[in-house]
Amino acid sequence: MRQQSFVRRFFTLYLPLTLILLFILFPFYWIFLTSIKPETELYGAVTYITKNITFENYKKLFATTVNFFAAMKNSFIAAGLTTIVSLTASTLAAYAFSRYRFKGRRFLMAMFLSNNMFPTVLLLIPLYSIMRNLHILYTPWALVLAYTTFTLPFSVWLLNGFMNDLPMSLEEAALVDGCNRRQAFMRIVLPILGPSLVATGVYIFMTSWNEYTFAVMFTNNSSRTIPVALKSLIGQLGVDWGLLTAGGIITIIPVCIMFFFAQKRLVEGLTAGAVKG
Amino acid sequence: MNRKKSIYPYLLVAPAVLIILCVVFVPVFNAVRMSFQHYDLRKPKEIAFIGLENYVSLFQDKLFWKSLIKTVLWVVFGVGFQFVFGFILAVLLNQEFKGRGVIRAVSLIPWVTPGVLIGLMWRWMYDGNYGVVNDILHKLHLINDNIAFLANPKTAFPAVIITIIWQGIPFFALMILAALQGIPYELYEAAEIDGATRLQRLFRITIPSIKNTILITLLLRIIWVANSVDVIFNMTEGGPAYATQTLSVYVFNKANVLNLGYSSAMAIMLAILLCSVAIPYLIFTFRGEDK
Repeated sequence: MRQQSFVRRFFTLYLPLTLILLFILFPFYWIFLTSIKPETELYGAVTYITKNITFENYKKLFATTVNFFAAMKNSFIAAGLTTIVSLTASTLAAYAFSRYRFKGRRFLMAMFLSNNMFPTVLLLIPLYSIMRNLHILYTPWALVLAYTTFTLPFSVWLLNGFMNDLPMSLEEAALVDGCNRRQAFMRIVLPILGPSLVATGVYIFMTSWNEYTFAVMFTNNSSRTIPVALKSLIGQLGVDWGLLTAGGIITIIPVCIMFFFAQKRLVEGLTAGAVKG
Repeated sequence: MNRKKSIYPYLLVAPAVLIILCVVFVPVFNAVRMSFQHYDLRKPKEIAFIGLENYVSLFQDKLFWKSLIKTVLWVVFGVGFQFVFGFILAVLLNQEFKGRGVIRAVSLIPWVTPGVLIGLMWRWMYDGNYGVVNDILHKLHLINDNIAFLANPKTAFPAVIITIIWQGIPFFALMILAALQGIPYELYEAAEIDGATRLQRLFRITIPSIKNTILITLLLRIIWVANSVDVIFNMTEGGPAYATQTLSVYVFNKANVLNLGYSSAMAIMLAILLCSVAIPYLIFTFRGEDK
């Protein structure tokens, strides 16, 4: 790369990049600032920094009747179970798609892909009555089943890509050495696939943690997840923006931490299929 | 590769296929059936087969047509600008500079933020009295009086579209960036030797090399954005005066009042519309598979 002059680099890189990043990141700064401002400073002239930092909103958050703590627990259970179920089922399916050529393979793969096009709201209504008839409405399992509608197809696709990139030679060597297929899978494939499984798991957890449309229909006061609890902060107390933004910050911290650890692998996996296609 | 006839692969795919059959295909079948029924959970005794009646009233429903137009605008402007800004961000991040890795990771945060929070935080920023957007516009001398962005039917729809653009930029950027990094550098060197201008390089090398990625990402995003409920619902619930009610939000609002037959019919119309986008996506992805 030739050395560009600073002026040119300023206009072709630093300036536009700063503007876009400002647009992307400012809302996060704003909700954080709102959450640590004292109430008197919130409803008046708009200030862009605050000298009177307070964590009152965070304390209040766990003291309201909305019970944010219980909502966090519910979210962890629902997202955790969804991750376990989806990851197990999709690892097995992706292994079959990647390593075997069998009758109906293409048809089944198309079936998984086609799930993308069913609107959430189309599934919402019939799932609601199915859950009601099964008496699992308002339990974590209702959410787990609903979430698999979008996590499972996506993770099958993602893991299929990861496995296709894995050379066959290692497994073949293991087979020659007298391992059976199951042993080769457990001892060779799974360990190498570890980071990809983690990345896929993070993706599943993240989307389940964030989901709102199913959650608001399939939970009640005692089983509601964080997004639903966030919204219900509004109904009860009018809109207390300090409280709400504190809730928002608490909501995104766990997913952000996970995401930063897994992002590199996840991005590789997400883009690999598309780029190759 | 194992080509022997074996039941092993079928056993491996069985759990995933079984789950999908139960949670996707059975419900879709039920939705189709419900759409031909008078099905209102508030009046459970009156559930009955009524043929195409739901669809007939749908086509006479002015709100349905209005929501349909809103959906098209929502997708065209929302996804369109996501693509434009995502593309610019990807091109910028494709250059080398210090801290690129960190900036790339940080710029993805909107993508991992829950839709509810996105809706609520923008609602706070758009606030008519204490909102920061009003304050910034004041300071730039662009407005004299505060605007209640989400309460005014004229400004509410552009306001929610800006929010969905904000949410979707990172995904486009990360997909396009990956594609850009896959273009061999020699192509640009050769073009430079041949005296190609910047613009020529963009249109003759960059865009043709990444057009598959662009296409797949566009199709995927169109489906996601058309289906998204949480952002709009948490900003405006489809109001004021239905100004921000897309089809998905309309179905969601109807389902909330438990008029399930009618909302199923509407959801099916939405699904049919999305098929026109999803089928090219399916064909396209499959061409890449198994080469």
